[in-house]
Amino acid sequence: MSDVQVELTVNGQARTATVQPRLTLADFLREECRLTGTHLGCEHGVCGACTVLVDGEAVRSCLVFAVQAAGSEVTTVEGLGGPDGELSPVQAALRDCHGLQCGFCTPGFVVSITAFLRDNPRPTDQETREALSGTLCRCTGYQGILRAVQQAAGAETAR
Amino acid sequence: MTAAATGDGRVEAGGATRYAGTRIGRVEDPRLLTGRGTYVDDIRLPGMLHAVFVRSPVARGRILGIDASAALALPGVRHVFTAADLNPDVREQWHTSVGPKSPETPRPPLADTDVRFVGDPVALVLADDRYLAEDAAELVEVDYEQLPAVVDYTRAAQAQELVHEAHGSNVVGQLAGRPAATLADVFAGAAHVVTDTIHQQAHTAVPMEGRGMVVDYSASTGELTIHAATQAPHEIRLFCSRLLGLPEHRIRVLMRDTGGGFGQKVMVQRDEMALMLVARRAGAPVKWVEDRRENLLAAGMSRHEHADVSMAFDPDGLILAASIDFVSDCGAYPTPWPVGTSAAVGMLFPGPYRVPAASFTATTVYTNTAGRVAYRGPWQFETLAREVLLDNAAREMGMDPAELRRRNLLRTDELPFANPNGMTYDRITPLETFEQALEMLDYDAFRAEQARAREAGRYLGVGMSTYVEPSTPGYGSYATEAATIRIEPSGKVNVYIAGGSTGNSIETTVVQLTADVLGVAIEDVATIQGDTAVTGFGAGTAGSRSGSMTAGAVRDTATILRERMIAIAAHKLEAAPEDIELVRSRASVRGVPGASVTVAELAATAYFDPYSLPPGVPAGLEASARYTAETRSVWVNAAHVCTCEVDPVTGGVTLLRYIVSEDCGPMINPSVVEGQIAGGTVQGIGGALLEHLAYDEDGNPTATTFVDYLLPTATDVPVIEYGHIETMSGGPGGYKGVGEGGAIGAPPAVVNAVADALAPFGARITRLPLTPESLAALVPPEALR
Ligand code: FES
Ligand code: FES
Repeated sequence: MSDVQVELTVNGQARTATVQPRLTLADFLREECRLTGTHLGCEHGVCGACTVLVDGEAVRSCLVFAVQAAGSEVTTVEGLGGPDGELSPVQAALRDCHGLQCGFCTPGFVVSITAFLRDNPRPTDQETREALSGTLCRCTGYQGILRAVQQAAGAETAR
Repeated sequence: MTAAATGDGRVEAGGATRYAGTRIGRVEDPRLLTGRGTYVDDIRLPGMLHAVFVRSPVARGRILGIDASAALALPGVRHVFTAADLNPDVREQWHTSVGPKSPETPRPPLADTDVRFVGDPVALVLADDRYLAEDAAELVEVDYEQLPAVVDYTRAAQAQELVHEAHGSNVVGQLAGRPAATLADVFAGAAHVVTDTIHQQAHTAVPMEGRGMVVDYSASTGELTIHAATQAPHEIRLFCSRLLGLPEHRIRVLMRDTGGGFGQKVMVQRDEMALMLVARRAGAPVKWVEDRRENLLAAGMSRHEHADVSMAFDPDGLILAASIDFVSDCGAYPTPWPVGTSAAVGMLFPGPYRVPAASFTATTVYTNTAGRVAYRGPWQFETLAREVLLDNAAREMGMDPAELRRRNLLRTDELPFANPNGMTYDRITPLETFEQALEMLDYDAFRAEQARAREAGRYLGVGMSTYVEPSTPGYGSYATEAATIRIEPSGKVNVYIAGGSTGNSIETTVVQLTADVLGVAIEDVATIQGDTAVTGFGAGTAGSRSGSMTAGAVRDTATILRERMIAIAAHKLEAAPEDIELVRSRASVRGVPGASVTVAELAATAYFDPYSLPPGVPAGLEASARYTAETRSVWVNAAHVCTCEVDPVTGGVTLLRYIVSEDCGPMINPSVVEGQIAGGTVQGIGGALLEHLAYDEDGNPTATTFVDYLLPTATDVPVIEYGHIETMSGGPGGYKGVGEGGAIGAPPAVVNAVADALAPFGARITRLPLTPESLAALVPPEALR
């Protein structure tokens, strides 16, 4: 199949590229945009490390072709903090709560927690666990991540 | 000493400032939280080719022929290498910690005549991009003569088929302690004897980032640069220099961020050897990053083992003797030689108990499955088998399992204590941690709640386990660790250690420790790690050694600079060196307000005004030192207590509370310690309940995705509660290793809790994992009516 041109917005910047139709959004972000914060932990839709926002929805970028995201606004982990390296409330809470160790799963958690708290600003523990159950971490035993969600939720509500 | 945390995480203690002991935020975090980490897959070099392995689809077979012509015809495909191309380049092939003379399994980088497991690397395709390389790998035609495979390890020793014909047997090796026959009289005369056969299923590290490597050879300079996902960059360099016959100093290994290792990334395996071998032949840099399927197929297997275990007790429940006959599955290509680790299972089986006599045998066998590799607490089976056996013994004797342990656990006044296999424990607190964990639970209250629940038809259980573990190995290549510290001319500090972030927070640890010894503000300290060009040799992250060994290296190196700064300050301030104190990057004269000088001023003098230095003080503020461990190991211990509810109809397990009381000495950073415990514990929970690297009877792996290999998720894990007891080790700072213990203590605590819950049904659990089906099968249907 011949290459196709895609146009989309990534972290607020317009991007145009000619890509293979089979190129995943994850590889588009990593290889074409050189945004390597989006990680690949399984490439079959289970681990959630590759989660990005597509028009605000949390999406597994390993399961989507770049061409399917044409015309969308994509936000990756690189687009969630401040331009000067300032951490978002979710990122700061993960740091405060020791919610990461090796950091490989972390971008997926940052993105999915951001979307989750936007939709459910005051989640219960059970809702939090269920929301996180689609993202895998092998280092932390989820302890700090669960605390971070509560802290970030508190910070949001306190505003 | 009382200590109070200040706003920035420091502790004010008697006027001095210490960062060790505080929950200071990690220095690794800002880059990792914002997607700015550098993992091996993030490396991109000009002209880089992408490598994909062609792997065997059969468990055992002969390679009759390989035809790569269709693959090579694809535009963008650059090379297809086979064993005939690469294997002849191998010069020497041995791991430093094992040595050149050990009876190792022969490891052809690519399979030459035979394939020995599904996933065995047969050819290596290089192409312009990963997609193309995968297409091409599909087009490489390999003709196999399929042979019957050795899959069931319990029958491997008797099997006709041999995994390695040249070895002459499927038994890799056998080691034994005191013969069991010499204990026959003790067992025959004991008031009570308990015996079980306990099986653990294959499961393994499964880091979220798989293995990977980028090799970049420059023919004009003869230099090879390797970027790797690794726990031991210096070992990769040494191994590669032997493998290729390249001088060690011509190789540079770099790693900034590694996405977890847990033992899987300590040693070089065959796939990585193949990458090293193509480096000089590819004519371009080459990247290989394994996908999840490869990781589950070929990165190694762990934990697959069983043992016949027995204990003899006197009428009061005191242990008289313990015996274990242990057999472990080592797959086709164990890395490293597995016989030594298997003996550790036998040696440590008595655990932290007053066991007067013990016997063991340890047998390792080859099968046509993925090779055995290290996984967090590689000998943890000794704890699983012992603790499950103790609970079964308590039930048989009609004794409370906590009381049985209490009577047998070692007390501190009995230390040092040599176990019957010659392991001498010291500076541990088995009874104290055990009592602390039971107290945190309120054991008696739980038993009362359990009784009420049973009356209401609900099945709650409590499980406990204790262990003692040798951390921080003090022998061979593990026995030393180096640090270089440069206080730069501006007074800012760089610490160079082998290290490298794999999730163990070693950057933060080093910064905390250095700031304390030097008396500088923590924000003035940075660390450079994971680059063999600028750091001294270190054996890497293994054996729960990083924190405790690095503490020695930092202490010995920083002390040299601290003394030098004090000498310069005393000279400048016209005071006695004993009166100088260094706090937050400032040297002042004790009791003389205003008499002070900053570290930046001291550094400027040391570098730019050498003639004004006091006599005997060298110019500059740079030092290197290498710490050597004082003991062969640093003992560390813990108790795990967990409660659960089991649904006897579905077999579903819900963990309710999970308590770990551990003694890892003083904590450099309690958040890091607790994070290590939690991570290990949840891996142990996964091993007990979920994870299974399963094969069918023909040797086909049946868990090659995360749909089949089940990792614990946020809905599976309880809140983990921590108790700390701090006994000083004999090493630097009194610190002990804490990386592996959680994974050792958790499986038996979970098994015992489930068995306790199902005790009313007479259930006896001897086989992992505890799947809902396996548990429901333990409950007789008539018992539920
Ligand atoms: S990489 Fe996309 S879900 Fe795992
Ligand atoms: S921090 Fe390592 S996988 Fe989550």
